[in-house]
Amino acid sequence: MNGSGHDHGHEHGHEHGHEHGHDHDHDHQHPNQPDLEDAPLGYYAAMTEAVAELMIEKGIFTADALRETIDFMASRSPAQGAKLVARAWSDPAFKDRLIKDSRAAAAELDIDTGPAPLLVMENTPTTHNVIVCTLCSCYPVFLIGKSPDWYKSRNYRSRVVRDPRAVLAEFGTAIEAARDVRVHDSTADMRYMVLPLRPEGTDGWGEQALADIITRDSLIGVTEVSKPA
Amino acid sequence: MRVREAFPMGHVRTPHYCRGHVGEVERLCGIFPNPEELAYGRVPQAPLPLYRVRFRQRDLWPDYPGPERDSVEIELYEHWLESVR
Repeated sequence: MNGSGHDHGHEHGHEHGHEHGHDHDHDHQHPNQPDLEDAPLGYYAAMTEAVAELMIEKGIFTADALRETIDFMASRSPAQGAKLVARAWSDPAFKDRLIKDSRAAAAELDIDTGPAPLLVMENTPTTHNVIVCTLCSCYPVFLIGKSPDWYKSRNYRSRVVRDPRAVLAEFGTAIEAARDVRVHDSTADMRYMVLPLRPEGTDGWGEQALADIITRDSLIGVTEVSKPA
Repeated sequence: MRVREAFPMGHVRTPHYCRGHVGEVERLCGIFPNPEELAYGRVPQAPLPLYRVRFRQRDLWPDYPGPERDSVEIELYEHWLESVR
């Protein structure tokens, strides 16, 4: 339902901490989490099911092909984007190729950037980039995986384009005034990924070690990459 | 370029917040089918050039609280752009 895990709908007899890993004794019963079917089937969910079933019935594609596609999309994760960034940080010529033609550069690492052209936006000491889709929720799924719910929220979509520095601050990201903030609104046929700045103190690190510190949020541009303490 | 200040019905990819505003073409992205036709399964018309247009935040939002050089880049199809020269 709301996914917060805090909407219990009953009074608690005690102060409820924010972590749910508590192990104290309960003197009351928590209701079970609602089952999927407890919420009404929405229009789009019903339509999706119906269209998929029709396509399969008409032989336009098979159930297996549909499942394979869904599985492939589900297998995407920020690891793909992180691998590209780690290589770009390690090899300036690769970085240039990635910015110029991301599809060809990613193919060098056997990574598929997906059907839509993908533009890699490089953060520099003078510019910080951040991605949004104000019209819907376009997102570089092939390189970062499924988008987080906040990316699809009206809150993020309407505010990051209007007052990006305030939104970034909510992610703990302070961009100094001398650095330009550039918002990329994915309104049409392009997809975007941010190439974050390489953090200081990572000279000599291997690509895997670099990839390990690159986060999904830094590839969207709401955070920067920092070296773990 | 200035974005047309028009409000047609249908599947339009031009965000309201940039309509009527002036920006600079950052690059040509390529030639793509018009989503305003594509969305309704119409026979595709001639594909359109798609541009990335950079707007200064302060031009879009007069009360923008950030620095002057902050910007937004938006993909816009050619038929939404008018020359201001």
